Amino acid sequence: MRVDGKGRIDRSATRSFSFAGKSYQGFAGDTLASALLANDVRLMGRSFKYHRPRGVLTAGSEEPNALVTIGSGAGQEPNVRATMQELYEGLEARPQNAWPSLDWDVLEINDLISPFLSAGFYYKTFMWPKAFWEKVYEPFIRNAAGLGALSGSDDADKYDKAFAHCDVLVIGAGPAGLMAARMLGLAGLDVILADESWELGGRLLSETEEVGGQAGSDWAAGVAADLGDMPNVRVMTRTTVTGAYDGGIFGALEKVGHHGPVPNGAPRETFWRIQTKRAVLAAGALERPIAFANNDRPGVMTAGAVRTYLNRYGVAPGRKIAVFGNNDDAHRTAMDLQDAGVEVAAVIDSRDDVSVPVDAKVMAGARVVGTKGRLGLREIMIDTGRGVRPLQVDCLAVSGGWNPSVHLTCHMNGRPVWEPSIASFVPTPGAVPGLVACGSAAGDMATADVLASAARVASDIAADLGKSAPTAELPEAEGHVYAIEPLWDAGGKGRAWLDFQNDVTTKDVRQAAKENYASVEHMKRYTTQGMATDQGKNSNVAALAVLADATGRGIPETGTTTFRPPYSPVALAALGAGAKGKGFAPERLTTSHAATVARNAPMIEAGLWYRPSYFPQAGETTWRESCDREVGWVRDAVGVCDVSTLGKIDIQGPDAGAFLDFVYTNTFSTLKVGKVRYGLMLREDGHVMDDGTCARWGDTHFVMTTTTAAAGQVMKHLDYVHQCLRPDLDVSIVSATEQWAQFAVAGPKSRDLLNALLDAPIDNESFPYMGCGPVSVAGVAGRLFRISFSGEHAYEVAVPARYGDSLFRMLVAQAEALGGGAYGMEALNVLRIEKGFITHAEIHGRTTAFDIGMGRMVSSKKDCIGQTMAARPGLVEDREELVGFRPARPTGKLLAGAHIYPLDGDAVRERDQGYITSVAYSPTVGTDIALGFVRNGRNRMGEKLRMMDHLRGEETLVELCDPVFVDPEGGRLRG
Amino acid sequence: MKISCPICGDRDIREFTCMGHASMLNRPDPHAGAKVWNEYLHNRENPAGVIDELWWHGQGCGAWLVVTRNTVTHEILGARLARDVKKEMRDAG
Repeated sequence: MRVDGKGRIDRSATRSFSFAGKSYQGFAGDTLASALLANDVRLMGRSFKYHRPRGVLTAGSEEPNALVTIGSGAGQEPNVRATMQELYEGLEARPQNAWPSLDWDVLEINDLISPFLSAGFYYKTFMWPKAFWEKVYEPFIRNAAGLGALSGSDDADKYDKAFAHCDVLVIGAGPAGLMAARMLGLAGLDVILADESWELGGRLLSETEEVGGQAGSDWAAGVAADLGDMPNVRVMTRTTVTGAYDGGIFGALEKVGHHGPVPNGAPRETFWRIQTKRAVLAAGALERPIAFANNDRPGVMTAGAVRTYLNRYGVAPGRKIAVFGNNDDAHRTAMDLQDAGVEVAAVIDSRDDVSVPVDAKVMAGARVVGTKGRLGLREIMIDTGRGVRPLQVDCLAVSGGWNPSVHLTCHMNGRPVWEPSIASFVPTPGAVPGLVACGSAAGDMATADVLASAARVASDIAADLGKSAPTAELPEAEGHVYAIEPLWDAGGKGRAWLDFQNDVTTKDVRQAAKENYASVEHMKRYTTQGMATDQGKNSNVAALAVLADATGRGIPETGTTTFRPPYSPVALAALGAGAKGKGFAPERLTTSHAATVARNAPMIEAGLWYRPSYFPQAGETTWRESCDREVGWVRDAVGVCDVSTLGKIDIQGPDAGAFLDFVYTNTFSTLKVGKVRYGLMLREDGHVMDDGTCARWGDTHFVMTTTTAAAGQVMKHLDYVHQCLRPDLDVSIVSATEQWAQFAVAGPKSRDLLNALLDAPIDNESFPYMGCGPVSVAGVAGRLFRISFSGEHAYEVAVPARYGDSLFRMLVAQAEALGGGAYGMEALNVLRIEKGFITHAEIHGRTTAFDIGMGRMVSSKKDCIGQTMAARPGLVEDREELVGFRPARPTGKLLAGAHIYPLDGDAVRERDQGYITSVAYSPTVGTDIALGFVRNGRNRMGEKLRMMDHLRGEETLVELCDPVFVDPEGGRLRG
Repeated sequence: MKISCPICGDRDIREFTCMGHASMLNRPDPHAGAKVWNEYLHNRENPAGVIDELWWHGQGCGAWLVVTRNTVTHEILGARLARDVKKEMRDAG
């Protein structure tokens, strides 16, 4: 019910919204929770396990009960805390975890059978029969588990990530945060002040107390205005600091588009990474409930929350309210209610000697021990010490004391320390380097103490960062001492809730202790206490107090569980912002991309690159038809293929030759200028890292190519070898992959094609096989290499990348005029398999130079990376060696990944002879052909073996052969 | 976290990759024998505390660094160019 004259809502701005299909009205400045309470809606959700009717417990981000789903369709958002959801026009909220309706929920049956669902029930109940687990138990549990549900469709909403840097991050904008931020700002430091609410002031917005001779909320507004005038202070509202990380980094979630329709182009949420030199934790404290029988009914809420609803939102959560507590702070609720004209039925205090300046009945030394009311509180049972008597109320404000928000101080494994004077934990100083807690987060409960500690912390930090803070003039504020006597479990007949969200009762904790899950970490996992989305904010301290009691230990000895990030839930969409679809990985496009796509070539990914699979022509219905045609072009006429994706590394310096001798197994210092040599690179452990060609461009200048796959790895390796192992060598290494567009021109007519484009024609004398040199291509200075990956007379021609697109178009046009054309990766693969050329399918990290038949390329005349270890026992004998495979019958099908077995006996692992790495249908040979490895294979040519593909269920009789299927003499290369 | 690259200054840790203990700088003589080589390639000190490691500034200048850090507190205590460290090792014999 609304209370006249109270609250910070704008009563001139009504907001229509719906909940569970019914329409209601609230005001601008309401939360969904306050607007529902104003409409006398108390039932807002169902509990996780027992489906108990639940109402709002708190007024903040720690809310365990009032979780709703906002919106519908792809972007629907589950588990939104009604206490944090700002009300806007047209807001649609739906309850969760209830079917068919919130009032009448079938799974409420769980509550009746609760004796069978106690702590650890699933460890005991679903054990037998074993076969039931997969078919019966698991589907049932999965169906019943969870609260809200995702839509299951792609979320089209935008999320963002952002980065910020500052001198000091102030976490929380209550009295402590405001005080600290203002002083740090005046000291000239770059400050970020973050608060999860949309309005600065924190608890001051919920209280009636005065600060500096004015209403606390007015003081907060004044400071907020001051901060707004400081260019060095950035205020981030609706922003929750979610985690503290190494090196002064904090994560923060900003809710940009949750308080209305998302502005065009704006994200719903932004996840911030804030890098700061220092941080001030001014996150305040959270009130904890007291356990007593049936303390979870809608209408039972924390005393501080009742004040928030009354003072900030102008809502009385009931018409007849009782207050139950163990500390003086609870009394403020009774006083505020009375001042606002709301009936206070009783003030029940567990302490014997209390006085409360209210007209209501004050019951000292009494406890609430039970409640009644199926869908909402109707009556409470009070143990006065002289018997139990009922009292008719529709709301009970409970306070078990306040827990400082120590969470962020625990994110780097710090443990808080027990402070008996407030019966709670306070942060361990220095637990997160650079982070200092102040105010209630540090255990100061009176506002005057809060302001003083914030001023002290701010001036220390300013001095530490070489600035001097202005002398703090502390505004006058309430200074009364916070007095509390611990009360965790008030008892009563029936279950008493600790963790409302995961339905953990005091009985569950005691049972865990009885079954010897007595460590706090074991108790947590056995009962699931603290494992819901509120992460135990409401229940941790009370649960371990009950555990301490059950095990006969003190609370400090019992200890706490670990608080981990995030402080409050963060949507994966926000953490993964920008990484969906095309944002997942960068796309690298070659200069021929546009011309290639224009020819309808399907593109495949090669690492980050996109390369054409094949270039389809009219009338072709399968990729094989296109591929076979392209292979034929290269073998019979001429083909053009973009090979720019191969790594190109420029190596210069007087010691360039010596450096290459050290990284390649073979010798390069003897290579003549204008010549290219094939090179093999090992890892230091003796296995093959990569292969490629390296051209000597000048006396002190080499141009290396790597495979596309290993380009990055080889560049890193060369840097490593040079800087870490041989800094004595005078050599410079730089990647030039993106600077050059390079095309293979392959086939018997390749030279004819080039001579049509080169300004000076070439012949076999000027460019013999494995020759290289500068050329002028249509007036552009380029490079020409006579190298071949197809076994044909072939070249690679390179021009600066900006000419790549036009050169590709010219080359393809010329090739087509000569009866050939562009070819793609499929044809390239067939061509290289026909020639027995290896790729990373063969040099997959476990093969040696010996395995691929290049053992003699490891020079023994010099030291090189991997040379010593390549010679170790086990790497040079009785190995699986590179061989070719043909099907014994021409129609036989070969499959990459299949394994090789002897003809007789079972095809089992113990009898494995090897495996197939690359397969192609060879239009040149007319059958499938393959490369792979067979134990001692080079001595077994002609032997027939079984190829078994256990995964695809294929078996083929194969014959071992030389891996070079086409032109083994190499005559075509030199043509 | 940040690493202070001697060439680029303070840079975010995501620009760097770690290759492990800086003992990789002590590449043995080719004829040092299997035992020494096995030790060099496969065995690393893994202290709880201060460690020297090789990091590569791959998303920056490409420098290899010897980064000194504390594995317990994650504190980064310093970074030097690996080539300078290696040259000093050579000079020291």
